[in-house]
Amino acid sequence: MKIAVLSGKGGAGKTFVSVNLSAVAQNAVYVDCDVEEPNGRLYWKPAMEKETPVSVLIPEFDVQRCSGCRKCVDFCRFHALAFVREKPMVFSEVCHSCGGCVMVCPENAVLEKARPVGMVEEGARGGVRVVTGVLNPGEVSAVPVIKAALRTGGESDLTVIDCPPGSGCPVMESVIGADCCLLVAEPTAFGFHNFKMVHRLALLLGKPCGVVINKADAPYAPLEEYCEKQGLPILLRIPYSERLAALGAAGEIASEQDPDLAESFRGLLAAVRKGAVS
Amino acid sequence: MKKLLILSGKGGTGKTTTAAAFIRFADAHAYADCDVDAPNLHLVTAAGGPAECFDYLGSQKAVVDPGKCLGCGSCMEVCRFGAVRKVEGICKIDEFSCEGCGVCEAVCPTGAVSLQDDVAGEVTLYRFPSVFATAELKMGRGNSGKLVSEVKLALTNAARSEHLAIIDGSPGIGCPVIASMSGVDLVLIVAEPSLSGINDLKRILKTAEIFQTKAAVCVNKYDASLESTEQIERFCADHPVPFVGRIPYDRQASLAINAGKSLADVDCPASHALREVFARTMKLLETSAE
Amino acid sequence: MMIAIPVEEGAENLCVSFGRTPYFLIYDTEKAAAVTVKNSAADAQGGAGIQAAQLVVDQGANALITVRCGQNAADVCKAAGVKIYKARGNCAAENLKALEMGTLEELTRFHPGFHGKE
Repeated sequence: MKIAVLSGKGGAGKTFVSVNLSAVAQNAVYVDCDVEEPNGRLYWKPAMEKETPVSVLIPEFDVQRCSGCRKCVDFCRFHALAFVREKPMVFSEVCHSCGGCVMVCPENAVLEKARPVGMVEEGARGGVRVVTGVLNPGEVSAVPVIKAALRTGGESDLTVIDCPPGSGCPVMESVIGADCCLLVAEPTAFGFHNFKMVHRLALLLGKPCGVVINKADAPYAPLEEYCEKQGLPILLRIPYSERLAALGAAGEIASEQDPDLAESFRGLLAAVRKGAVS
Repeated sequence: MKKLLILSGKGGTGKTTTAAAFIRFADAHAYADCDVDAPNLHLVTAAGGPAECFDYLGSQKAVVDPGKCLGCGSCMEVCRFGAVRKVEGICKIDEFSCEGCGVCEAVCPTGAVSLQDDVAGEVTLYRFPSVFATAELKMGRGNSGKLVSEVKLALTNAARSEHLAIIDGSPGIGCPVIASMSGVDLVLIVAEPSLSGINDLKRILKTAEIFQTKAAVCVNKYDASLESTEQIERFCADHPVPFVGRIPYDRQASLAINAGKSLADVDCPASHALREVFARTMKLLETSAE
Repeated sequence: MMIAIPVEEGAENLCVSFGRTPYFLIYDTEKAAAVTVKNSAADAQGGAGIQAAQLVVDQGANALITVRCGQNAADVCKAAGVKIYKARGNCAAENLKALEMGTLEELTRFHPGFHGKE
């Protein structure tokens, strides 16, 4: 079973929920798809096993064959190519690796070369396999790294996918292969606004959902009403606690230190397995 | 017009809460929400009216004319983004996966595929009682800095006579953040006192430096970890970058936000601390060189 | 010598952005004449600096006067032998004069691109 954990709003507790959910399962795979800022590994501190670079294809020119027709420059919608003093220039950070320039060149002067944009780290902690996608600083192509991380995660009894914040392309890529989604919400006006956006995304992708309300001091009526109206089951409420906040700040996996919390997450896992999502 | 940008790196640190309070403390009449992925500032700022809305055109996207499509699948073969699938013998483009590269248009034998303008979001501008520019990106659309730049442009054009503008930035460290930094006089980084918060603070500062933008740092919810807070203060002293204060975790903050109020309108510890951070930030802003 | 300057509508004031400037003023020192060229890169989703620099190079410019410039655009200019100068003040005419008098400094710091994709 693949569970994608999303929140829309950053800081709602996606990583907190994903990490603890994987931790209480006897044996699981945790995949960190928040490749711009992968934080899960700060809690797992996994024994590192493998690092595999993720690359994208970038054009390279055979200057001898190039006739200077500039068809490639004119074709490229991302303006990744320039032609200066009879020589083509490539700007890899804006290249989308679409292969168009290779296709339009009448002289077969364009080849493609692999360029690393990030990597996938594999490690383990106890019964949990920790797979982390890491985007190199300055790079913008999150999607290839997310794809590679998910591929590395592979198939298993339980896979928990820690998704990026927001509702853009990287989030869609992280959710697309999941069986269901856990939406982590904060009971606040800000949290609720962003929560609705990810719920729309999950609906668009046809994924059944369940809700976890984190830092739940007092119920936020609009959120509660929305969930009821939409038939969204609230599977777990985690109250704000200074102790949990302190454990998190220190990079500890809270369920390992707090038996009540561990019990709550075991309950959540059981509920999701039984199909409590809708 | 002096522009103050509020950033946080990690989401959920208190960026928008800080921006909203500052707007009230400064009685600023020009502000913008550059978190185009998930805009929130409008929830805690005074309602404006009437709104001018503009479509934001993102990259063009491929569209198939079913009348001309032969179903040969040439487009599907060349698309590297898996954006083409066949439905009842006709090729169809998935608007979320399509990156607008134009390769499909180039190979289509009948001209059935063409790239068309795609509305990727909407910019909303209010002029009364204050100039407020905000935008929302449509789902699944790439967030280049361009929409952020459009929001800032709308703000700058509409608020020429204002002397101060406050910009609620985007979370993260990528292109939208860089775009929001452009032309700003000071960046206030709201840091979370945690391992991940410290990591993100460092990455943002690096970005600000490469971009030659003056920065200042404050810590929000500092009592979550005194140790990390002190670590941040030491880092700022060594760097050096001005440290402008710490704000305690305060349950009243959430209550205020939920009621659509900014912290400036509430009498509580977080509000008092924010006011001090505001005073120090303004002092830095006034002395920032042109 | 051909000098390029990013300018706002009206071609009097400089535009702070290079890649997304609405127009380029191209001044020919020999003919003492200027043309205003629309910047086709202004609406680009991404890679605006690169395309704008290509335009400047294609116009035959030997020098560029600008407030700021991205690294990618700078690379295109350098490859073409276009010298980049740091603009002073807002007025295009004054900057042209300053360049002729040799009082403009070279622009040496460039910012990373804004990019245009996820």
